Amino acid sequence: MRERLKLLGSWDVIVLVALVLVAVIGAAAIEGVASPRFWRFVSLEVIPIALIALPMTLVVITGEIDLSVASVLGLTCSFMGQLWLWGVTSLPLLIVLCLLLGMVLGAVNGIFVTWFGLPSLAVTIGTLALYRGLAYVLLGDRAVANYPISWTSGAIKPIHGLTIPWFIIIVAVLAVIFGVVLHATPIGRGLYAIGNNAEAARFAGVSVAKTKFWLFVATGAMSALAGIFWTLRYASARADNGNGQELAVVAAVLLGGVSIFGGRGGLVGVIGAVLLLSTLRNALQLADVPANALTIVTGTLLIASVVGPNVVGMARDAWRRRRPSPHPQLERTPV
Amino acid sequence: MRTRAIALAAVAALALGTAACASDDNGGSGSGNGGASSGATGGGIKSDLKVAFLPKQVNNPYFDTSDNKGGKVAVEEFKGKYSETGPSEASPSAQVSYINTLSQQGTNVIVVSANDKDAICGALNEARQGGAKVVTYDSDTNPSCRDLFINQATTDGIAKSQIKLISDAVGADGGEIAILSATANATNQNAWIAAMKTELAKPEYSKLKLVDTVYGDDDDQKSFQEAQGLLAKHPNLKGIISPTTVGVAAAARYLSGSTYKGKVQLTGLGTPNQMKQFVKDGTVKAFALWNPADLGYLAAYAGAALASGLITGKQGEKFTAGKLGEYTIGADATVVLGDPFTFNAGNVDQFNF
Repeated sequence: MRERLKLLGSWDVIVLVALVLVAVIGAAAIEGVASPRFWRFVSLEVIPIALIALPMTLVVITGEIDLSVASVLGLTCSFMGQLWLWGVTSLPLLIVLCLLLGMVLGAVNGIFVTWFGLPSLAVTIGTLALYRGLAYVLLGDRAVANYPISWTSGAIKPIHGLTIPWFIIIVAVLAVIFGVVLHATPIGRGLYAIGNNAEAARFAGVSVAKTKFWLFVATGAMSALAGIFWTLRYASARADNGNGQELAVVAAVLLGGVSIFGGRGGLVGVIGAVLLLSTLRNALQLADVPANALTIVTGTLLIASVVGPNVVGMARDAWRRRRPSPHPQLERTPV
Repeated sequence: MRTRAIALAAVAALALGTAACASDDNGGSGSGNGGASSGATGGGIKSDLKVAFLPKQVNNPYFDTSDNKGGKVAVEEFKGKYSETGPSEASPSAQVSYINTLSQQGTNVIVVSANDKDAICGALNEARQGGAKVVTYDSDTNPSCRDLFINQATTDGIAKSQIKLISDAVGADGGEIAILSATANATNQNAWIAAMKTELAKPEYSKLKLVDTVYGDDDDQKSFQEAQGLLAKHPNLKGIISPTTVGVAAAARYLSGSTYKGKVQLTGLGTPNQMKQFVKDGTVKAFALWNPADLGYLAAYAGAALASGLITGKQGEKFTAGKLGEYTIGADATVVLGDPFTFNAGNVDQFNF
């Protein structure tokens, strides 16, 4: 357990150091990266991915995955557009209804995974297609774009005196909440226990099914929130909104050091990875790296993120074998 | 715990650093004209203008033709700096990210084909506030988010060209013709069909008789079957017009494999790559579409004229677009490229899209 703690910490540090390096080298080498506008654009891009990555981290730590998140986002956008066409013009009401829809969609995933005991990979590949299909049924190829300007520019309004949009504050607050739940509560310890060994966790009194169910509901709600932001940020509710974003989210979670097999990882690394991926992509784009090369960079990083922790772990084990730990009896949980 | 604390501290430091560098400049770009000098070349266009083409997606032969074979040629003529950039998938959000990049780079002219007429508006307006001129081509945005739209062809232009092509193909004796359209409620198709009927009413086309209009729903199989059905139903049919790229290719495939090949004429709106083989085997004499290279060429000149202050986008203003000659801005800040371009056995091999 101690090794695991060390390992986790070190991967978080690697991600954050990489982020700082990309920012510093980018600012020195690429014109525009040092400008406040660059960080405004990066933060606008980061918001929806970060919102979904928060619950996704918890889901993956329990050994499950939710690939339907971008389709939940898209269906929420369609729903928001259709509600507007039906004459719902109150923003708070739209937000509440969209969040409820997200929770229902997440609950459907949760029911299939927990009640029927199906693998979440299969279930959410199914709902990925199903929810996106429903989004098209609801809105077709129309785009609803006549929201009031006060909503659309309000969503991306900068914090007073800065260029960073105020919505980042909401993301930060939610990140703290998810971070506290994961790293400082019995619920969080339960999540790691489920990911390490669900059977053992059940015997230890963790309510595995209930926990997983509510994680999927939370993921649905956060994806819906991302959908609401997406609609307002692009001033356009479309059925294809956020198509393919599930990969961006999963890439960030894995690059952040969360093990795809569950039981390992934390939010600090994931948040660092979300920022790292976006900063890197935007900086390279500014340096005129073509789109095709950019996808190669992202793909390589993703592979590195899966291989990296293992290599670090092996190196650490090898080093440890040569120099045994001074306190081999010390056992600690990864908090 | 210690490493985690260090990690948290690093995040906090980074956030502070970001905030600190954010506060010194509130969103202004300040580099609007990106060092473009006022040294005038032909027609008063400034040299060293940075002109960037942003297609719906890269790796698309249509946009490769419009940008790299049209826009690039124009930009080299007026001694500007050409670039083409864009997402690998045709999504509006990916396009927004590229617009942001272009505006940070101090691009003078952004020539864009919109993946969504509204979703990229905010980013385009932000770029315009930074000093960029925005020209849309191929697919327009909301008129409030761009300076000019280069329209590939008008309804009348398309209708005239289609009727002229079928009349030439059928010959002086005329005869029965039919239309193979896309879907029954497609706005542009119906506008073209209505304009074609007006055109057919003219005395010079009195020998052509429109006997049927069928709908292939832009589905290859259905279009193929509808073409088959037309010939079964109208034994005296002399010609088919299919003003849709899917329909004309399907009808050509049917005709070329049937006994009607060369006897029943076909024309429509098609792409050279789809139609090449049917032009060569004699199924189709000529078909039309706009020339994407000319579209990109005109868009580049229009953008350069805007960025040089020669025009502002008002109706009635005129500018010269190199070899294409003089253009006048119409209503809604729109410039029409001209009549559709006719492809035939003589030129179809020069195009790849």
